[in-house]
Amino acid sequence: MAHFTKATSIKDWLNQRLAIEKVEKVLASEYWIPKNINFLWAMGMILVITFVLLLVSGIFLLMYYQPNVDTAFDSVNYTIMREVGFGWLWRHVHGVAASVVFLIIYIHMFTGIYYGSYKKGREMIWISGMLLFIAFSTEAFSGYMLPWGQMSYWAGMVITNLFAGGSLHADGLVEWIRGDYVPAQAFLTRFFMLHVLLVPLAIIGLIGLHFGALRIPHVNNQDGEEIDFDEESKKYLAGDKAGSKVIRFANDFMAKDMMVVGFYLVFFFYLVFYHYGFAMDPVNFDPADGLKTPAHIYPEWYFLWSYEILRPFSTDVGLMAFAFAQGIFVFLPFLDRSPNAVPASRRGLFKYWFWAMLVDMIALTAMGKLPPEGIFSTIGLVAALGFIGLWIALPIITYFEKKA
Amino acid sequence: MKELFILVVVTVFTLVTYYLVEPFAHANLHKHVESEAFAYADLAAVTKTGDANRGKELVMGAGACTGCHSINVAGVSAPMDAVSSAAAYGVNPPDLSNAGVVYDEKFLNALIKNPAHTLVVEHTFDADKGEMHPMIPFYGAGGDIDQEVADMVTYLQSIAVSQEELTPAMAFENACGRCHGVKYEKWTQIGTKGTFQHKRDELAFDIQVLDYKDSLKAYMGKLPPDLSMYIRSRGEHYISTFIENPQSYLEGTSMPRVGVSAQTAEKVIEYLEDSGDTKRHEREEVGKYVMIYIIIFALFALLWKKQVWRDLH
Repeated sequence: MAHFTKATSIKDWLNQRLAIEKVEKVLASEYWIPKNINFLWAMGMILVITFVLLLVSGIFLLMYYQPNVDTAFDSVNYTIMREVGFGWLWRHVHGVAASVVFLIIYIHMFTGIYYGSYKKGREMIWISGMLLFIAFSTEAFSGYMLPWGQMSYWAGMVITNLFAGGSLHADGLVEWIRGDYVPAQAFLTRFFMLHVLLVPLAIIGLIGLHFGALRIPHVNNQDGEEIDFDEESKKYLAGDKAGSKVIRFANDFMAKDMMVVGFYLVFFFYLVFYHYGFAMDPVNFDPADGLKTPAHIYPEWYFLWSYEILRPFSTDVGLMAFAFAQGIFVFLPFLDRSPNAVPASRRGLFKYWFWAMLVDMIALTAMGKLPPEGIFSTIGLVAALGFIGLWIALPIITYFEKKA
Repeated sequence: MKELFILVVVTVFTLVTYYLVEPFAHANLHKHVESEAFAYADLAAVTKTGDANRGKELVMGAGACTGCHSINVAGVSAPMDAVSSAAAYGVNPPDLSNAGVVYDEKFLNALIKNPAHTLVVEHTFDADKGEMHPMIPFYGAGGDIDQEVADMVTYLQSIAVSQEELTPAMAFENACGRCHGVKYEKWTQIGTKGTFQHKRDELAFDIQVLDYKDSLKAYMGKLPPDLSMYIRSRGEHYISTFIENPQSYLEGTSMPRVGVSAQTAEKVIEYLEDSGDTKRHEREEVGKYVMIYIIIFALFALLWKKQVWRDLH
């Protein structure tokens, strides 16, 4: 047993039992971050803040939401929106944050791709990040079921149908997922459970893994420079703060993070109060009706690109393309054969690959919402083939990439 | 500077994506109908100046309006209650107390002479096939029919409340409320559902609503939807242009062109906002303070960063 002495202060008392000084050093003041970074490095903190906003607003909504097919719609649109003090605020914060969190996730992902932050020991950061993306997608989809509006019902119908696997006709699997032949009470209750318990638990666990994965390889920097963190941190602690290539996580990095968070929150709350429509589809303000299919069924904007990869093909080919699109990003660290972990601008053909992928995914996103007719379905098909083609090309162009 | 450039790149890609999935996509998904400012341009202009006294005589007498309609302000009650009326006609004929202010003048003049045509429901009520609209056209009382109709409309206008006194609820209940329920405002097709001391009284009321809805369903083909959340599911522009002429969105729908004036339409929209977007004023008020708070927060965060990073450069 460790030796304990009479504490001289509360801090000392805690220190003997929890080593709070050491923990503070490990997590904050001596957790070293490269100095050569830009505001894109604050996306992680923005995601944490947005997740907290989702969690807190979600807890308030949970106090009044009723997971029952007869009362769910009214508990949201009448009880929460009209009766509960500031219920409307929590709902709009929750709805807007659920949409904006994906914008930040995509910026965060493309930042990682651009700067090569998935290579040279950083593979687990990327993989845990992609697992988080899957968990957030599940969270978003399950949450979308809960207001039990027309789009909840029909999106639930369409997405669970995918599990039939086209010609495989795995209808039993679909029924097992739904707990019924069609989305009904069992369906709503289980998606409620997923949304408020299982998936949030998974997300919190994965966030821990994601942060843990950062410790050994450290955060990347703007030039992909390999930094000797021991050497540079010594320099910093010796007083040469300006000459050192690293900074403390707190308060140095944190101060910059919070500045970006501040600007982000201005944008976020502007959306919450004055421009929330994009995050709350009008169709979902009609109560679920299994006998009335909406004229257009489309997912929220952040799923549109993968939806559009499914759409232009026949059922079976479409499902395969869709499965490919869902899984392929996880393998990025292994499909990129070049040892260069530098920004895309210094990487030959990969530079074009990056911008082509970005534009292609935006094209898919736009076509995913438009009716699949005429020129839109042609563009959609080309963009879907382009997406697959780009991934096939990736190992080849990076294999022949010159050492930077 | 480099950071500013990166911000511009991120912003441009974000805005392009936003533009494509929101304004651009919705313009392609939904039909756009321009408002005609409730002009009812297809109807003939009113050329006669009416006389309220002669109008009163016609409305109460030869016009035979009170055979079906009540005029509560003039002390004329309905021949039947709402449920029996709906059973007889399909829908309860409106009380005419405020018809003169709710509906457009030109529309009322045309309606009295030819209801099915003015309401744009000739596709469901084809007189040639013997399908008569329950409102019988006024064929004239022996004089100049246009003058007689103008007299009746002038009478209706003279007994109605003023435009300022017409509340959003009155506008809605008159123009829409005999077919559409609004659950969130406790509005049913036969009136506001109050609170009941005894369960059996409440059930009796509910049964009346059910009976009314059955007649209405048979009359319209389907039960007209509850409009509680329509301001969020359809939006102001859609609702306003839909009221002007339902056929412009849903060709062949049995919903008539209601014939409200532009001011009444605004009040109907306000009523729907009160139902489906109840906290809009509070949202704007709270929004202001949150924005001020968060801008101050951002400025302090900026100053803190500058202070911390002074030593780091």
